[in-house]
Amino acid sequence: MKPRTRRLGWIVGGLAALGLAAALVLNAFRSNLVFFFTPSQVAAHEAPQGRAFRIGGLVEAGSLTRDPNSLTVHFRVTDTAQTIPVAYTGLLPDLFKEGKGVVAQGTLGPDGAFHATEVLAKHDENYMPPAAADAVKKAREGMSTRTLVTTQGAGR
Amino acid sequence: MIPELGHFALILALLVALAQSTLPLAGAALGEPRLMALARPAARAQFFLVVFAFACLAASFIGNDFSVQNVATNSNSELPLQYRFAATWGSHEGSLLLWTLMLAGWTFAVSVFSRHLPPVLLARVIAVMGLVSVGFLLFLLFTSNPFDRLVPAAAEGRDLNPLLQDPGMVIHPPMLYMGYVGFSVAFSFAIAALLGGRLDATWARWSRPWTTVAWAFLTIGIALGSGWAYYTLGWGGWWFWDPVENASFMPWLTGTALIHSLAVTEKRGAFKSWTVLLAILAFSLSLLGTFLVRSGVLTSVHAFATDPKRGVFILAFLAIVIGGSLILFAYRAGKVGLGGAFGTVSRESMLLANNVVLVVAMASVLLGTLYPLFLDALNLGKISVGPPYFDAVFYPLMAPAVFLMGIGPLARWNRAAVPDLWTRLRWALAVAIVAAVLLPFVLGRWTPLIAAGLFLTLWIVVTTVVHFRQRIAGSHRKGLLAKLAANSPSYYGMLLAHLGVAVFIAGVTLVKGYEVEQDVRLDVGQSVEVGPYAFKFLGVTPGPGPNYRALTGTVEVRKAGRLIETLKPEKRIYNASGQAMTIAAIDIGILGDRYVSLGEPLVEDDVAGAWSVRVYLKPFIDWIWGGAFLMALGGFLAVADRRYRFAARRKLASSAAAADAGAAE
Repeated sequence: MKPRTRRLGWIVGGLAALGLAAALVLNAFRSNLVFFFTPSQVAAHEAPQGRAFRIGGLVEAGSLTRDPNSLTVHFRVTDTAQTIPVAYTGLLPDLFKEGKGVVAQGTLGPDGAFHATEVLAKHDENYMPPAAADAVKKAREGMSTRTLVTTQGAGR
Repeated sequence: MIPELGHFALILALLVALAQSTLPLAGAALGEPRLMALARPAARAQFFLVVFAFACLAASFIGNDFSVQNVATNSNSELPLQYRFAATWGSHEGSLLLWTLMLAGWTFAVSVFSRHLPPVLLARVIAVMGLVSVGFLLFLLFTSNPFDRLVPAAAEGRDLNPLLQDPGMVIHPPMLYMGYVGFSVAFSFAIAALLGGRLDATWARWSRPWTTVAWAFLTIGIALGSGWAYYTLGWGGWWFWDPVENASFMPWLTGTALIHSLAVTEKRGAFKSWTVLLAILAFSLSLLGTFLVRSGVLTSVHAFATDPKRGVFILAFLAIVIGGSLILFAYRAGKVGLGGAFGTVSRESMLLANNVVLVVAMASVLLGTLYPLFLDALNLGKISVGPPYFDAVFYPLMAPAVFLMGIGPLARWNRAAVPDLWTRLRWALAVAIVAAVLLPFVLGRWTPLIAAGLFLTLWIVVTTVVHFRQRIAGSHRKGLLAKLAANSPSYYGMLLAHLGVAVFIAGVTLVKGYEVEQDVRLDVGQSVEVGPYAFKFLGVTPGPGPNYRALTGTVEVRKAGRLIETLKPEKRIYNASGQAMTIAAIDIGILGDRYVSLGEPLVEDDVAGAWSVRVYLKPFIDWIWGGAFLMALGGFLAVADRRYRFAARRKLASSAAAADAGAAE
């Protein structure tokens, strides 16, 4: 083989490898990216139905209940503006506590409840997952307008 | 007083590092031997100063000096001695000091073991390492001083994060950093070669052992971290594709490519520019890893620091180091040259393919790790890229590289004949395919993934055996021992590391294929059957620990009615922080682990009642770490090769003269 053909061969081979990698990456991205939504966004129907996503916020104090015969737990996640009920079957992580930050991954059921397949609560006691902190911050910033809406709704 | 001495030593170290990085470089440029000769003593002075500073910090931790901010935030008087020591690198500041210490240590090692290097090259290598050190010392002193005082002093420390109170904390970070920072040597050799415009087989021989040692340490560091996560996080996983893990895995992938590419540069003089680029890349990724983990940009277990000022500093530092070296590469790579030509089917071409795949795989990991950060930074929404992405991309990319691993060592340099390879390997291929197809039936479940994983494992093992047999048979010496001794340690190192990959793949395949995970609710006295085992829960009893209260469960494991092990999983509540920690109990076996960890009491405030419990069977999981240790062992064995010590010296005269001539240009 001539050096030039060989070099061409290498370039074609390299491009093929790169193309294959790009195809794998795009395909994996399309089916495996998980988006994050705040309870306010979920309440506003911005979250997808039937596709997995993540939700984050604080575990509402006093909201944790246990099913007596299985490992199913129910709790509510709040960003202080909106609250979403969450159901989860399995073991909760060590740092899961009422009033602390949490991130859960799962799907939204037709009943409006979030069915978590995974509950994440990491780091130490004082640490809040950035996503959860962000959700609370966003909700607080939007508080003035949203409170207005709620009062109007309540008055009706 | 001790912290002030440490602080002062760091300032002195910075001054020495400035001298170490500028004067020898100037000396090398001007051809002034006296300036170049400063490199070695400066490297040593810097090492002793940093060791002293580190010792001061360690002494503050061990002596419970809560007037030091760092100690007050990360330690506690109840903390056992070994963890007070390990807490030295438990914080952001301390871990950066450890980084700097490792860098000073590697520079010191270069100054000791490189007597045979031409003075110009040595001066440049040590100066470049000094430049990196300047960056880290500036960062420490201006944004993250570990010796900052706390006024008024705290009466008691806030405690080390309980997750880090583990023997893993004592060895995992030093090993990992040895690896990370070790790539700075390869990097500095590469930059020195670019500056001098000379890169030959001797250069590759000099930088090869350093790179291999760094790679071996990194391998051990990653394996230790993975094992630690397995028993301490309580979920029984060994790799989560967490950004922090990826941060250490990307330099590893690039480092793996680099040690192979260096082999080609040393033996055949080919791949020159590519080797230099990989050396720059490997160290850049180490720096990027430090940035990812240390700037607090990630949501993950390791990110206990959050301060944007630090992030900006590291980002600027990254830009200077990576940008600067790439610009230098662009200017000088032409001078270094591509190196020799080779045939389409040859050991070189297979190693090149291996390199391309490793780098592409690294890029896919990089993309998955950074993409969410970019989206977040640009306010385009928050996403997470989880294990499914990495599984879907990484395995198919790596499979061909692993397949080539079986052929590469048998292929001849320069030009290999395909028919010859086919005759030598057809039986190996047949054996591997047949066994891989049949084995899953014996093990109980057949899936294409299990068969594929087993095929790759068997393929490596069988080709290695074939290779070894042919090598021994081809030896002209008499007697088996003499034939064995005819091969160099680096040859055995290669075989061992490749077998390590096989063992690792076997572990991954079998644990993914046959693991059983059950989260169950267990009343006291209740049993659960998992696989062939019965796990009987005998309840939980409270008891004291050194700095925590423990809730210890008792679980009896029976097989066919016979008691084989009593496991004691623990739940700890740490006194200082009130934080809970799960410690799994694992019955380790070479064919698989039995893993039990406690969830929570299911009846409120009644720890003596029913609990949620994780009961896992993890077949062959220890092979994962065993494989990694074999790889690292192979690396160390390869470095023991005599040629790195003697051959280099023999070439001294000629290359030194040549290098001097090159520098004088």
